[in-house]
Amino acid sequence: MSHLNARFRLDYPGFRFDVECAFPLEGTVAVFGVSGSGKTTLLRCIAGLPPVASGFLAFGREIWQDDAHRTFVSIEQRRVGIVFQEARLFPHLNVEHNLTYGMKRTPPSQRRMTFEQVSDLLGLTAFLRRRPHQLSGGEQRRVAIGRALLTSPQLLLMDEPLVSLDQERKKDIFPFIRRLNQELGIPVLYVTHDLNEIIQLARHVVLMKRGNVVATGPIQEVFARQDLSVLVESNILGAVIETRIAGHEPQFGLTRVDFLGRSLFIPQESLPIGATLRIQIPACDVSLTMDPPTASGSMLNVLEATIVDIGPSSSNGYAVAVKLDAGCPLLAMITRKSLQRLKLSIGQTVHASFKAVALGV
Amino acid sequence: MRNLPAMDWASLWLTMQLAGVTVAVLLVVGTPLAWWLACTKSRARTLVEAIVALPIVLPPTVLGFYLLVALGPHGPIGGPWKALTGSALSFTFTGLVIASTFYSLPFVVQPLQGAFEAVGTKPMEVARSLRASKLDAFFTVVSPMALRGYVSALVLGFAHTLGEFGVVLMVGGNIPGVTRVLSITIYDHVESLEYTQAHVLSATLLIVSFLMLMIVYTVNRRLPVNVS
Repeated sequence: MSHLNARFRLDYPGFRFDVECAFPLEGTVAVFGVSGSGKTTLLRCIAGLPPVASGFLAFGREIWQDDAHRTFVSIEQRRVGIVFQEARLFPHLNVEHNLTYGMKRTPPSQRRMTFEQVSDLLGLTAFLRRRPHQLSGGEQRRVAIGRALLTSPQLLLMDEPLVSLDQERKKDIFPFIRRLNQELGIPVLYVTHDLNEIIQLARHVVLMKRGNVVATGPIQEVFARQDLSVLVESNILGAVIETRIAGHEPQFGLTRVDFLGRSLFIPQESLPIGATLRIQIPACDVSLTMDPPTASGSMLNVLEATIVDIGPSSSNGYAVAVKLDAGCPLLAMITRKSLQRLKLSIGQTVHASFKAVALGV
Repeated sequence: MRNLPAMDWASLWLTMQLAGVTVAVLLVVGTPLAWWLACTKSRARTLVEAIVALPIVLPPTVLGFYLLVALGPHGPIGGPWKALTGSALSFTFTGLVIASTFYSLPFVVQPLQGAFEAVGTKPMEVARSLRASKLDAFFTVVSPMALRGYVSALVLGFAHTLGEFGVVLMVGGNIPGVTRVLSITIYDHVESLEYTQAHVLSATLLIVSFLMLMIVYTVNRRLPVNVS
């Protein structure tokens, strides 16, 4: 499998953008970090847009930037599609002409998808004659995605394409983005600060903090690394689990999901039984007890787990991350006071209970 | 209008020609200049902006005087021109076009620059990510989005050139059919106490100018492109 290798450096007054990262060109790779961590700069450097950083960039075997050899492939030759934060449709063109703008400029030999294919995939056929200002926010984003796709890009760069859309609209667009990978096989680099979007879309994550890449890897691994203070600070430390829908209990508004022979309850989902679903269990929502909670407890989800590791304190000083093995990796943030009171130690068996958290669509 | 002497018709026609050619030259010269001013981060920008705006504040006679010197047979523009073509620039139609170009420059460059700044660099980035070259993106995305700026530039440049007096008098003189434009003809009529003819020409200029400005404001209100 080919990879993207990047090394960039750019000095701003009081801020240094200095990244080195590599990730596989397959599926959706999320670039995650708080605002101002350099996510958009990384995306723009990969696209070849200003500000131009010094460094090196290889897309598989193609060298896109190499300062040592004065190589800099211009943006229109990199064959990347970009979906910006705002849809940025051309206001003077209708939807159809927005969509075909890039397609017309792509040599027929390089086109890998047809106009019909893309407008069907994104559900755009109904409003091809409309002007951008006559579309809703969600429709505009879909047109922007379609317009980028029709250039048959080798890599699709998406810079928070769903920001400022409400949850319902996001849910409408997620399936389309997933289909880009599955049906068209285009790798996507997806910039976001929304954990839910990552869980929904990405397999791989590039984690950024203050202009640096602090971790890259599959999301299960990265999000389970308790040494990453950025995760603790952003309150997103937690385990990600692949589950399967096992049953619905509509009278309680709950759905039962199974994984590795265990069951959990989450708020009701509309997916059919047997469908796979990724859920996240935020570390701060997990509480630990020595004895199994009695039937009188309110917690529905309880897993027996072994303590694998006890992490250092978080930056606020009162909490620690505890790494558990419950058949799958699990993380809990507890107070140092509790840690001492329960006399927790590595190898000990505890019971982890948590509220049902659904992140499925 | 029936009573208008042939000479007056000639000066009206000449004025229209002059304004038309000047605006055409200004669009060609002014577009890249305005785009550069809208995009550059160079320190020279302020300097160039001030130079472009000079004709707005400078008395036309001052501008005309310097242009007369520059366009004259020994001037920095007129000298080489004479060496090339054998004729001088001052007191010719070509000389008037060059002078009017400087005179009306801000009225074309400023609306264009404003329009380009409103469009911003983002549409250009999008177009380039859609495989358009810079020039392609400029003509197919930036220019259509800056259409209002073009309408304003065209009309203001044209109308402003129609009304020029001081610069023309200095550079072109008063040669019937060659450099005698409308405003000078009106002046001559007033000098000779021919108030009727002065009235007719003045009213014509007034109405034309008013109509053109009405066009600008109407078109700007109705154009489909909304740059937000």
